[in-house]
Amino acid sequence: MKIAVCVKQVVTREWPLRVDEARTWVEDRDASFEMNEPDAYALEEALRLREQHGGEVVVCSAGPARAAQVVREALARGADRAIRVEGGGLAAADAAMVAEALAAAMRDEQFELVLTGLQSDDQGFAQTGVVLAELLGIPHATIIMEVQVADGRLRVKRELEGGWFQWVSMPTPALLTIQSGINQLRYATLKGIMAAKRKEVRVVEAAADLVPRQEILEIRVPEKTKQTHMIAGSPSEAAAELVKVLREEARVI
Amino acid sequence: MVLVIAEQRDGVLNNASWEALVAAQQLDEPVRVAVAGAGDGLAAVGAELAAADVESILTVDHPELESYTPDGFVAAFAAVVTDTAPDRVFLAHTYQTREFAPRLAARVGRSLIADCVGVRPRDGRLAFVRPMFQGKFVADVAAAGPAPHFASFQIGAFRPDALERGAAPAPVTAFPVTLEPGAIRQQIEVPFQEAKQAVDLTQAERIVAVGRGIKGREHLGLVESLATALGAEVAASRPICDSGWLPMDRQIGSSGQTVAPKLYLALGISGAIQHLVGMKGSRTIVAVNKDADAPIFEVADYGIVGDLFDVVPAIIAALDA
Ligand SMILES: Cc1cc2nc3c(=O)[nH]c(=O)nc-3n(C[C@H](O)[C@H](O)[C@H](O)COP(=O)(O)OP(=O)(O)OC[C@H]3O[C@@H](n4cnc5c(N)ncnc54)[C@H](O)[C@@H]3O)c2cc1C
Ligand SMILES: Nc1ncnc2c1ncn2[C@@H]1O[C@H](COP(=O)(O)O)[C@@H](O)[C@H]1O
Repeated sequence: MKIAVCVKQVVTREWPLRVDEARTWVEDRDASFEMNEPDAYALEEALRLREQHGGEVVVCSAGPARAAQVVREALARGADRAIRVEGGGLAAADAAMVAEALAAAMRDEQFELVLTGLQSDDQGFAQTGVVLAELLGIPHATIIMEVQVADGRLRVKRELEGGWFQWVSMPTPALLTIQSGINQLRYATLKGIMAAKRKEVRVVEAAADLVPRQEILEIRVPEKTKQTHMIAGSPSEAAAELVKVLREEARVI
Repeated sequence: MVLVIAEQRDGVLNNASWEALVAAQQLDEPVRVAVAGAGDGLAAVGAELAAADVESILTVDHPELESYTPDGFVAAFAAVVTDTAPDRVFLAHTYQTREFAPRLAARVGRSLIADCVGVRPRDGRLAFVRPMFQGKFVADVAAAGPAPHFASFQIGAFRPDALERGAAPAPVTAFPVTLEPGAIRQQIEVPFQEAKQAVDLTQAERIVAVGRGIKGREHLGLVESLATALGAEVAASRPICDSGWLPMDRQIGSSGQTVAPKLYLALGISGAIQHLVGMKGSRTIVAVNKDADAPIFEVADYGIVGDLFDVVPAIIAALDA
């Protein structure tokens, strides 16, 4: 099976984020970056499908030059080769624009299965995969927690609200957006890291005529609406005060 | 005109659809509603929606739309959007619309501003307010390019009881669609729930919930000690269960359990919206987080900014004292 996995590079969760000077993006010049979490699960699922059914796993990522880091990491974890779409404006681009950039580079490959994460940790559109499916003209399903492949068809378990699920089947080629927790992740081995250096990475310039369909006017910290009683002091002072208010004010212990 | 796409299943309207309608009504533009399905169930939902003060309700009735599929709904609503040429299309941000609305917008060459919590005028444009970076920031986002502009609204962002009702029911009209044979590629099975939860956290009076701030499964003992000292159940955010550190039935949130205990103590949980929807009804919420800007403090009654590895042992000691 020829499988594509789309991975996005995002700022590490631990990074203390601040809004940038223009107030339209975050200050990420010195930030450290990582693979968007659900994308790591999508990659793992692709590797498992390759182990069961053979074929190859191609990692696809769009972004500025620094995104080469997550591509390397995906190759080290076991992907066979990569397509990297480079464009400085892609870091803060809307989902339609990113999907167009990816589709242009992926279309000729005729992938049988395309996996993406269900949502990015930074922009959180939950859209790039869905729009990509439309641009590639293939069916899709979202928030997937299990993938079965048989006779050129997929049967996938889709997560619904409040603990409900539903099985959906469809022909390949198709696109699935993968939910975190679908499998247990493996990490790169030293051998994997060495092997990654020899794997093919095709770098494609993003088309110059991509048009944004959304514009970020301003980013800010949300206004506080609730009166939170913040308890200050050393850990033991704060703990003593907390126990006191929970007993005497809230009366919940 | 704002076209609101409502959501129904088996003749039951999704409550979040009223909220999307309220978002549309506050714009002072004519509003129309479209809803897809089949037969009597759809007709009943059409009649229910007609109570709202809107121009009209369009019922998109087709046997193939009785059950939701992404292909079916994209094709049907693309026909409605093309035919009615709205300026904006509003939806509730549900699992269903997350799946088909981005593709619908793409089908008609537009894009969707998703998961909005508000909408307001800004410099002569309409700004859609949406969370970014897992709720650490919000952004004002404007649509670029020609109409229609699509937006979806987070559940709870608007109050359904703010709905303006019409003096008389709005006219309900059928919108006929044709679906090409083979147009719907997804085949669906009946929704199901996993085997009954072994732990019913909804009955717990006190819950100590742990998030990724705990760093490793080897530290869970600390959380269990606190829970024991408080007479509380242990629960967790999704990543803890995803990693297999705690069983899935201890997960709180949109894809886990929804709880409302007397006391909910959140340790090292950032407070992403999918977690908050499962616990914000708790009577007293306490948050311990080393990041003073963590969104969890937004819903907390009491907050301690600090390292949980210092604070939790101190709380256990204080309870003993
Ligand atoms: C469709 C969908 C469904 C989802 N369903 C759910 C759901 O049901 N339940 C759920 O929980 N999530 C759900 N999620 C995931 C959700 O979006 C968040 O990713 C998740 O809740 C984050 O978990 P967390 O707060 O534990 O981790 P993080 O976001 O990584 O937060 C960790 C927090 O710990 C703090 N911290 C770190 N170290 C320390 C320390 N030593 N002391 C104190 N604080 C510390 C950090 O400051 C940070 O705030 C869902 C997501 C999607 C897209
Ligand atoms: N720049 C990108 N490069 C590669 N894949 C991406 C990119 N942006 C988003 N994706 C994929 O689309 C998914 C959803 O992202 P989003 O639409 O931003 O929430 C992610 O989990 C990735 O798998």
